[in-house]
Amino acid sequence: MQSFNYTLKQNTWMQGLLVTLVVVSGLLLLSVFCFLIWFSLPVFLTETSAVFKLKWQPEQGHFGILAMVFGTLSLALISTSFAFVIAIGLNSFCLLSRRRWLVAILQSLLKFMAGIPTVVYGLAALFLLLPLLRNILQLGSGYSLFAAVCMLILLILPVICVMLDNITTPLWQQHALGAQALGFSPEQTYLQIILPHCKVNICGAALLGFNRAIGDTMLPLMLAGNATQLPSGVFDAIRSLTAHIALVIATDQGGEAYNSLFAAGMLLLMCSAFICLLSRYLVGRNRLVQPA
Amino acid sequence: MMLKTCFVCLITTFTLLTSNSLIADELSAFDEMSGQLNIAGGTAHIPVMKKAARQIMGHNPSIRITIAGGGSGVGVQQVAKGLVNIGNSGRALKNKEMGLGLNSYAFAIDGVAVIIHPDNRVDDLSQQQIIEIYQGKITNWQEVGGQDRQIHLFSRDEASGTRSVFSKRLLKGAQLAENANIVPSNGAMKTAISQDVGAIGYSSVGYIDEMVKAPTYNQIKPSQAACASGEYPVVRRLYMNTKGVPSGLTQAFIDYIYSPEGAKHIQASGYIPLDAKL
Repeated sequence: MQSFNYTLKQNTWMQGLLVTLVVVSGLLLLSVFCFLIWFSLPVFLTETSAVFKLKWQPEQGHFGILAMVFGTLSLALISTSFAFVIAIGLNSFCLLSRRRWLVAILQSLLKFMAGIPTVVYGLAALFLLLPLLRNILQLGSGYSLFAAVCMLILLILPVICVMLDNITTPLWQQHALGAQALGFSPEQTYLQIILPHCKVNICGAALLGFNRAIGDTMLPLMLAGNATQLPSGVFDAIRSLTAHIALVIATDQGGEAYNSLFAAGMLLLMCSAFICLLSRYLVGRNRLVQPA
Repeated sequence: MMLKTCFVCLITTFTLLTSNSLIADELSAFDEMSGQLNIAGGTAHIPVMKKAARQIMGHNPSIRITIAGGGSGVGVQQVAKGLVNIGNSGRALKNKEMGLGLNSYAFAIDGVAVIIHPDNRVDDLSQQQIIEIYQGKITNWQEVGGQDRQIHLFSRDEASGTRSVFSKRLLKGAQLAENANIVPSNGAMKTAISQDVGAIGYSSVGYIDEMVKAPTYNQIKPSQAACASGEYPVVRRLYMNTKGVPSGLTQAFIDYIYSPEGAKHIQASGYIPLDAKL
């Protein structure tokens, strides 16, 4: 009896500790957000006329970041759409293929890919992909939207794939037999039953990939050329907002170039927060019924 | 916070390598000292700082010297905030930075030169040609006597001291073409140029080796000698900055850089030593 009381007491004590920890870390996180917003809001509100322009020529007094906004969006949109299509293909292969060993290799490869630092991708592309674009295909200097997109696809593919896998595998186990009994082929089962059943969750997975693509810094910085122009094609150099922050962070404090960083940071933060909330909302609203 | 600092990433703590080095007179100033000296900023300075640090730490293992990159802007910012003892910059302090209470010590002269791929046939570029190339008016190497090949422009970011010298002294403030690729460090510039036959960029003279080629500028070869004599005009000074008047280890380190042995390190790194403290 005494020992039971003791564990109970210990449990409440542990619970108290855990709750405190959760509250403290939550508050810390909240304060980080508040600080970011607090610091960037004045710049964001007062310098909109200076910052929301196309031209970035600090020596001539132009501090517009719209070209970077466009660069970031095109980078993220293109790479997410390609990665998404490839991810659906890989996912269907993993579910439908009879070669289980190949599937196992593929899945562990994807999980391995999720852990590769982006700078390694960047370095590999610098010495393999760029010379290919430049010397063999004769497409400018090689530093381009295209090069960054190619490597970003590799970066966000594991994120989308693992999420898709988590969603579709239980559904497959639940429905495959029934569908087979009704005369569905495996392909039909996948296309007609599995995909429509979890389309909202799939959107959530794609949004997460998109978020990752927007936030990555190293690949655009190393591969996209960082030219502050509106690209006329995918083989033109662009600069992303993240690369912009990384490049400008070292200029003198308090200048207009420095202020544009706050606007860029704020835009990125808002974009990420919005996408996160949206995907949470979508996934939360259509929570899947897990097999018992 | 300093993403760029991470990227340029030269944070190197040195272990003692030459503990059996000859005890020079210049090093005896460090005999009784111990503690840590932190240096950050301009990347052109790093070879000099590294050589000096290795000698000092080899002489007296109880001194630790850390050297980080980041660029001139970072050097000035960090020393003003008291984060490092010495903040290096590849340019004089700007008006805005004058009020931070910094002392500047110029210790070397460095040139900034245009670099191209070694396979490029172009051997000389006039100032006018360089300006028109960087403005995007000349877009093919054929127009300046090279092969029929598109010119790929490379430039540095706005934080770079190298860029500000290049832009002021060589381009005379001409507007840079928008499609120029921007690279974040001297090293990245050299990698980009050495891989691309069509590329043109610029870097500190100390960084030029067989990986890249420096065409003559108005028929003048951008060499150490031409920089020293003033014949080659695109030069700058390299500075060490301290917050207030330096003392102790910081003072001893600065004195060491100005000593004859320090001058040797400066020359070995490809720069021209300045004798007097300015």
